[in-house]
Amino acid sequence: MTKLRRFLKRLTSWTTTRQDEQRLQAEIAEHVAFQIEDNVRAGMPAREARRQAMLKFGAVEAIKEDYRDRRTFPFADALLHDARYALRGLRRSPAFAAAVILTLALGIGATAAMFSAVDGVLLKPLPYSHPEQLVALWLTAPGMNIQDLNPSPSLYFVLRDQNRAFQDFGLYTGVSRNVTGLGEPEHVAGLDVTYGLLPTLGVRPMLGRSFTEADDAPGSPETLILTYGYWRRKFAGDPAAVGKTITVDGKLRQIIGVLPQRFRFGGSDLALLVPVQLDRAKTLLGNFSFYGVARLKPGVTVARADADVARLLPVMLKSFAPPPGLAAKTFEDARIAPNLRPLKQDIVGDLGNVLWVLMGGIGLVLLIACANVANLLIVRIEGRRHELAVRAALGAGRARIAAQMLWEGFILAAVSGGLGLVLADLAVRTLVTIAPNDLPRLDEIGVDGRVVLFTLAVSLFVTVLIGLIPILKYTGASFGIGLRESGRTTSESRQRHRARSGLATVQVALALVLLVSSGLMIRTFRSLTRVDPGFAAPSGIQTFRVDILETPVKDPVAVVRTEQAILEKISALPGVSSAGLSMSVPMDGNQWSDSVFARDRAYAPSEMPLHRYKFVAPGFFKTIGTPLIAGRDFTWTDIYNKLPVAIVSERLAREYWHDPGNAVGKQVRSSGKDDWREVIGVVGDTRDDGVDKPAPSSVYWPIVTYFGGIDPIVVNFATVSVRTPRAGSESFLDEIRRAVWSVDSNLPLADVHTLDYYERASMARVSFTLVMLALAGGMALLLGIIGLYGVIAYSVSQRVHEMGIRAALGAQPSDILKLIAGQGLRLTLTGVAIGLATAFALTRFLSSLLYGVEAADPLTFVAVSLILTFVALVAGCVPARRAAKVDPIVALRYE
Amino acid sequence: MGERKDKKDVLQGTLALMVLKTLEVLGPMHGYRIARRIEQISGELLAVNQGTLYPVLLKLEQEGSIASEWGVSEHNRRARFYRLTRQGRKQLHAEKHEWDETAAIIARFFAVKAEDLK
Repeated sequence: MTKLRRFLKRLTSWTTTRQDEQRLQAEIAEHVAFQIEDNVRAGMPAREARRQAMLKFGAVEAIKEDYRDRRTFPFADALLHDARYALRGLRRSPAFAAAVILTLALGIGATAAMFSAVDGVLLKPLPYSHPEQLVALWLTAPGMNIQDLNPSPSLYFVLRDQNRAFQDFGLYTGVSRNVTGLGEPEHVAGLDVTYGLLPTLGVRPMLGRSFTEADDAPGSPETLILTYGYWRRKFAGDPAAVGKTITVDGKLRQIIGVLPQRFRFGGSDLALLVPVQLDRAKTLLGNFSFYGVARLKPGVTVARADADVARLLPVMLKSFAPPPGLAAKTFEDARIAPNLRPLKQDIVGDLGNVLWVLMGGIGLVLLIACANVANLLIVRIEGRRHELAVRAALGAGRARIAAQMLWEGFILAAVSGGLGLVLADLAVRTLVTIAPNDLPRLDEIGVDGRVVLFTLAVSLFVTVLIGLIPILKYTGASFGIGLRESGRTTSESRQRHRARSGLATVQVALALVLLVSSGLMIRTFRSLTRVDPGFAAPSGIQTFRVDILETPVKDPVAVVRTEQAILEKISALPGVSSAGLSMSVPMDGNQWSDSVFARDRAYAPSEMPLHRYKFVAPGFFKTIGTPLIAGRDFTWTDIYNKLPVAIVSERLAREYWHDPGNAVGKQVRSSGKDDWREVIGVVGDTRDDGVDKPAPSSVYWPIVTYFGGIDPIVVNFATVSVRTPRAGSESFLDEIRRAVWSVDSNLPLADVHTLDYYERASMARVSFTLVMLALAGGMALLLGIIGLYGVIAYSVSQRVHEMGIRAALGAQPSDILKLIAGQGLRLTLTGVAIGLATAFALTRFLSSLLYGVEAADPLTFVAVSLILTFVALVAGCVPARRAAKVDPIVALRYE
Repeated sequence: MGERKDKKDVLQGTLALMVLKTLEVLGPMHGYRIARRIEQISGELLAVNQGTLYPVLLKLEQEGSIASEWGVSEHNRRARFYRLTRQGRKQLHAEKHEWDETAAIIARFFAVKAEDLK
């Protein structure tokens, strides 16, 4: 009880220092004054009275000190004292401090930056209320070999009427929209949504209102909601925008709301939301092309929701008719089943793998940096051995000396952590710009409070790591040795050398792991660039999209005429060698697959032989450089005369007729209600799903195709490809815009890229991982080699005397060179051996990112080991040569 | 270093007890008076280093055994007056009891003569 009271008193008095000092001062003055008075009364002369009084009182400063100790915590005072001492020590050796801080700041900064990416993408909850209740609506159809089947309108109606698992749910699909009448015609990203989507996400418009069931009913007045960004851009943030009407795809729509700034869904360039207005009366089975989000009722698990959807799928099959040309049995045989999953998992996908690999890689760099710094600290304390021994002899406790070492580590780590945070902020900004486009939640990455906390934790971890090694080494052993050994007359003992050598070995091992990983990524990248994507010299192909409006008259031929006119205008531009038009270009993500039946093959009644569908105009293949293997290309005459023709890819031709040459003249169709169409040509395969994926078997139809039983397919949202050396230049783009607008001034251009943009995007993950791992590997190599060099150089400087004796006894310079270089080589080889084993165990985490190379690729492992050993040998030879040049006379006279 | 510290602790422990007893017997007084009183009775102990009294006073005050406030001395000087608290009185009695016991035990030991143990 009294102890506690004293503690509290001390705690408070810690803050009232000055006042207490004054009080003590006053009491001492009083005391001495009383004493002097008494002494004078006893007959002493004034001066003597004062002297005697002071003598009797005792040493004022010692008493003050004692008083202070009792008043506060001597522990805290000592702590501050140690901190000041450590700070002074560091200030005395600025080069050492700078080297350590720079090394650590780079390590901590890189780790913090990577953490902010991992945190923003993987760890932070999604920015919706109760995000754990949100699931992505997916189906699966093993009978059709479809892993993820999108939800359909038929499913929507059944779920809306009968589901028991969801509080609410909504479907949506990305639709790009033309906005005209607000300055230049513009092509923007939009979403078609059912009215349940926003409430499901828990999002309310910042201005105006959300969609109601009435807005979403077919035939209702056309409405739309703007995103915050688009509203700021187009209406300068004017609240009066709500209620106005704008022209979207040629139709007037009323703005009924503006979403809040923090709303995030899909890409950051989303501009507007439009009610999809699904019509139950016209809904058939099929059209599995939507996306869905649902909010689970409290307590409902994903498995229970799956069960609920499974219950309703047969209801769906019974309630809706199959689309023309397809049998109901086709859908039964597809064995459609629910495949719900948490929304976060759906958004993040398999990206976790990449990020954790990179986080691990950067973590290794931090460890290497710490090892380097620990080594520097050990060497520094080695130099202070004499001082430490003297201090210990004078009565400094081990704890006190250890505390000082920890302080030194802490100050270094704290300053580095602060600097690292600044570096991390810079790095994150760079990271966000170089990160792959498909990186989800990119805009949620940033240095925030969580990253600062993480950095703090890392800095503390670093403190302990770099502070502990010298402490373990120098406070455990007897200090007496320090005094005896501090002369340089003895060579350093093996034991003293072991810690530093161990650290250097670990560094080499870790660097090897990172270098092997980057080596594997380099091999992957090389394999990918060697792949023939199915088109040639994509950087010389300018692509852009243009949307030919079908309003007011819906006339396929008119669309084609406009498109042909645009192509002719563009072909006439200077420097253009050819121009083509298609529904999509390779790797742009358009992956429409549907049935292709061949006349000379037999099919089960419900079979759906799925192949990639493409729609192209004449000249497309020539423009992008896809070779024509057999037959001929489409002609404009084929298109205007509605000839039933098709072109197939080499792979499809081989699958169906074994040889591309056999395919020409064969007949195919899209469904049982379709006319037979003649295969007039075979073209080379294109890697449509990405460089690292096999080329899908594809069929190419003319840009207008009158499939039997459905509305004609018209490519009115078309991608134009232009082969020209001027691709990508601003002046050329201006000419293209003028050419397009000379045909129709209301046509907006969108997605203006050269074709290699899509190729790069498909390799973005690999190149991102490669760049990051190569950076980490480079840092690791540099730090590791510096560490190794430091250890050997230091050891040489400690063994000058020994080398002198060896030389005096007849050792040749080459013997000494071998001795020292051998020491370095031993360290390196041990490190390489450990590193190889570690890399072998760890690289399998990379395997999902690799292409054309095994995770345990022997070439990479051997090459990296050789390179690392060679570099390490060179680093070891520099100090070894210095040792070999030691003059025995000088070395022995020293000291 | 350790030895010195022990001695100091014993000295301060003794001093603390003396301060408490002095304040119990003579009532509130200022530091110099307490020092003089202890000097008069113990002689030796505070002949030099009277200043060591002040850290002890502080410790006792922190423990709540004594309290202090500024006042005016008999010679019209400003001085800090210390007085015993209820808690201090309790502590004094507890420690006196302990001291008596210890002293009695020690006394018995010294009283024993060699032949008594045979």
